[in-house]
Amino acid sequence: MGEQKTIAKDSIEAGTVEGVAGLEADKYKYGFESDIEQEFAPKGLNEDIVRFISAKKNEPDWMLKWRLDAYARWLTMEEPTWAMVDYPKIDYQDAYYYAAPKSDKDGPKSLDEVDPDLLEVYKKLGIPLKEQEVLAGVQGAPRVAVDAVFDSVSVVTTFKEELAKVGVIFCPLSEAVQKHPELVKKYLGTVVPPTDNFFATLNTAVFSEGSFVYIPPGVRCPMELSTYFRMNAQGTGQFERTLIIADKGSYVSYLEGCTAPMRDENQLHAAVVELIALEDAEIKYSTVQNWWPGDAEGKGGVYNFVTKRADCRGKNSKVSWTQVETGSAVTWKYPSCILRGDGSSGEFYSIAITNGFQQADTGTKMIHLGKNTKSRIISKGISAGKSNQTYRGLVSAHKKARGARNFTQCDSLLIGDNCGAHTVPYIETNTPSAQFEHEATTSKLSDEQLFYCRQRGLSEEDAVALLVNGFCRDVLQKLPMEFAVEAQKLVAISLEGSVG
Amino acid sequence: MIKIKNLTATVNDGQQTILNGLTLEVPAGEVHAIMGPNGAGKSTLSYVLTGKDGYDVTDGSVEYLGQDLLDMEPEERAAAGLFLSFQYPLEIPGVPTMTFLRTALNAQLKARGADEMSAPEFLKKARNVAKELKIKPDMLKRSLNVGFSGGEKKRMEIFQMMMLEPKFIIMDETDSGLDVDALRIVADGVNALRSPERGMLVITHYQRLLDYIVPDRVHVLADGKIVASGDADFAKLLEKEGYDKYAA
Repeated sequence: MGEQKTIAKDSIEAGTVEGVAGLEADKYKYGFESDIEQEFAPKGLNEDIVRFISAKKNEPDWMLKWRLDAYARWLTMEEPTWAMVDYPKIDYQDAYYYAAPKSDKDGPKSLDEVDPDLLEVYKKLGIPLKEQEVLAGVQGAPRVAVDAVFDSVSVVTTFKEELAKVGVIFCPLSEAVQKHPELVKKYLGTVVPPTDNFFATLNTAVFSEGSFVYIPPGVRCPMELSTYFRMNAQGTGQFERTLIIADKGSYVSYLEGCTAPMRDENQLHAAVVELIALEDAEIKYSTVQNWWPGDAEGKGGVYNFVTKRADCRGKNSKVSWTQVETGSAVTWKYPSCILRGDGSSGEFYSIAITNGFQQADTGTKMIHLGKNTKSRIISKGISAGKSNQTYRGLVSAHKKARGARNFTQCDSLLIGDNCGAHTVPYIETNTPSAQFEHEATTSKLSDEQLFYCRQRGLSEEDAVALLVNGFCRDVLQKLPMEFAVEAQKLVAISLEGSVG
Repeated sequence: MIKIKNLTATVNDGQQTILNGLTLEVPAGEVHAIMGPNGAGKSTLSYVLTGKDGYDVTDGSVEYLGQDLLDMEPEERAAAGLFLSFQYPLEIPGVPTMTFLRTALNAQLKARGADEMSAPEFLKKARNVAKELKIKPDMLKRSLNVGFSGGEKKRMEIFQMMMLEPKFIIMDETDSGLDVDALRIVADGVNALRSPERGMLVITHYQRLLDYIVPDRVHVLADGKIVASGDADFAKLLEKEGYDKYAA
């Protein structure tokens, strides 16, 4: 049995190396534009646009009001500048806030009705999770449910019936607003309030799509839930909103992954993800993010300003964030856990890779409120080219959080002499019984190691991919198997051309 | 098999000459030993032959199986069957030994236009070789060389060598760090690889290793060149007399 596993792992890691090799010719393999007709809202942002989006979604009044309040609030807010990232001022009036594929008009009821162009996009993406098969309805395909978000509107949702059997709700948020308003009303905005921060408030006003997941008490979700986000319309901001609720004693694993086509203009992305874990519930949230990072001169690329937060509301609840961040020109992202329930625990496993001119300011917040709460942070940052990245993390303990424990490990790896890595840990504790540990290392990819690998027959790029995958191993192992394969390839792709 | 002619190499932008007109030929099927005092250029020779950065070849040539070796990238040399057992093997954190080796082997096979070795075939071979070298299977799952003792690292070099089946082998101070039992195991492995098609260059400071791996020729390297040569018995003489008379 052990050997079988070794073989599987081995072939995955060999895949990493193939990943680099295969990309020699086309620098950014997902840099195509698909030709699906868009239905835009007019350019710019004002109250009418907010009303337009709400009307498009056929939303009830309470939802529209929620959006309008957020919009009014947003007008009074200022864009944050504390992150260690530098980008030209964004003109919020020079973007579209709503774009939907036209084929959605009639609402495809089965895969046969899905725009072939869209299926072609999936094909081009070389989707590794076998969604191809899932989407095509191939028998024996893995049980991964996909809620595909294609430029703001969910087009395909699979396995809904099977999920429904055990009472799991997995649907576009807009559908949940119609069908399960009581759940949406009860939980939406309770983890990331509409007033939370500039980007989250903007999202609240204009979000157009996202996923909704509800796992009923005691249910272990029978499959991994997966969403592919993909920005597709030029100059279109994406404002997804995801809400996941794990009721008492339930479990769910959720995968989020993205790729984006090549662009000249910067694309703004400001998503909000809210997770709520009730008593004894567990949520595992994994992300592989591979948005267009900009060209070799650092031009273009996605701005990724995301607010992700989990509320471990119930006793002994558990939330685990795992992220592989390889894309975007600018990343501003801190998936966090509020450890409210006694004995609850939060985990954050992160790999951030920056190359070229990419900038990333990312990390996590672990807010210990309940007794005997635990958190664990493992962050692996890899900087190459002229990129810069910062780990920014907060670990805090409220005075009632007796026995709170945290372990943080931040490792940075530098490739070349023109990149930077920074670690900014904030630790605040108001109870003497809290135990917080922090370890940090910074190392350079060594020429000696590279030569050793090359003497054994690996090309320089294969060697870098292998060494970096080794550096990230602890975190890669936290990803679900299907995702791990893709993540390892991404690691290799992202660092292409970083040496020599 | 390998013809080194008048090889001259410098470091630090030409400020220091390490190899100074070294000439040496190792025919296929032979094992040659290189002995000499510390700082004579023994390790430099192994690095120049395998193509490590930081050494400038200012004169001379190396012909390997009819090819201009110095014109090839390190990985091309490896694919052409050149293997160096490092004096100080590197640690590769997070990469299990088996993964590392399989990736390397398949890269070499691919470069030679051969089919990759299947996972079961590879595993079977690895198990057999590990048994021969008395390496516990558990060790192959651990990150390469991380937390290994000096002797374990050396044994792992020989393991890699036996798995990759190179054509020309350079062993740099392979005996250092090995106790007598380990030395015998390693030597058995090396001797098993001796064949009419394979050449070896054994770099060592002490004669001890040559009791187990008996060379066809023994050369003294001093001041960057070969200053004396002889048969296997010559090594014993050197051990007795020391290198003083060869040093400048």
